[in-house]
Amino acid sequence: MRGKGSSSSKISTLIVDDDPIIRRIHKVLLTKVGLETQVVENGKKAVDLYHSGASFDLILMDLEMAIMDGPKATKELRAMGVQSMIVGVTARDLEVEKQMFMASGLNDCYVKPLTTDTVTALVKKLKKDN
Amino acid sequence: MLGLGADRLRADMNRLLALLFHQGVLDEQFLQLQQLQDETSPNFVSEVVNIYFHESEKLLRNLRGLLMDREFSDYKKMGIHLNQFMGSSSSIGAKRVRNVCVAFRAASEQNNRAGCLRALELVEHEYCYLKNKLHELFQLEQQRVLAAGVRYPIQN
Repeated sequence: MRGKGSSSSKISTLIVDDDPIIRRIHKVLLTKVGLETQVVENGKKAVDLYHSGASFDLILMDLEMAIMDGPKATKELRAMGVQSMIVGVTARDLEVEKQMFMASGLNDCYVKPLTTDTVTALVKKLKKDN
Repeated sequence: MLGLGADRLRADMNRLLALLFHQGVLDEQFLQLQQLQDETSPNFVSEVVNIYFHESEKLLRNLRGLLMDREFSDYKKMGIHLNQFMGSSSSIGAKRVRNVCVAFRAASEQNNRAGCLRALELVEHEYCYLKNKLHELFQLEQQRVLAAGVRYPIQN
């Protein structure tokens, strides 16, 4: 599943996380592998961005967030017809949590913070799907 | 001579890091952060760690505030703060801090206030140790950068 993407050749990503540490780590990590990044603190802001016409190739969606959590935001985005790759990130490696999160419409789910290897693999998959 | 000062400081930093890894205070995630630091983000590690200190102190104050309240019963709220703190600690590789939180979480899940208070004291102790050691590391790094930087004007 893929969004419209940015007008430049760079892959555009949206980091959705209420943890400022994770936002900083993921922003630097994604920038380092050549991706454009934008950052918001909760699911509602991600949904609002799409309502305003924004679109991203890849969304990193945190599970637990105040105001609107990851599963709710993912369901809303999919209901809007958003086809961007949405990858969930969770603080704990609990299978039952991951399964619940995946059921909301994710493409994949990882424990945070992501590693360079994981991000490289995601970028490869995105380019292949294109 | 000044170059030797920078080299000696680097050796001191490496020794301190090795000690922290050996003690289990830090884990591989800290190395991942160091690998992300480069000329485009030269202070990345200290920036992330300072965010961690700022957020952790808020969370620890919240946890202590909840537990010191005699009428306290909101273990769910405490669980949320604790999960945030554990997640943040994992993010910077603060292994020992994260591990002592496991007992705290267990006490919280059993609604055991006395157990939570004991666990919180242990968490605060580990957090203080970590903070002091990381401050020491960053001070060595600052001194090393200064020592390495002073050479270049003389060479020119």
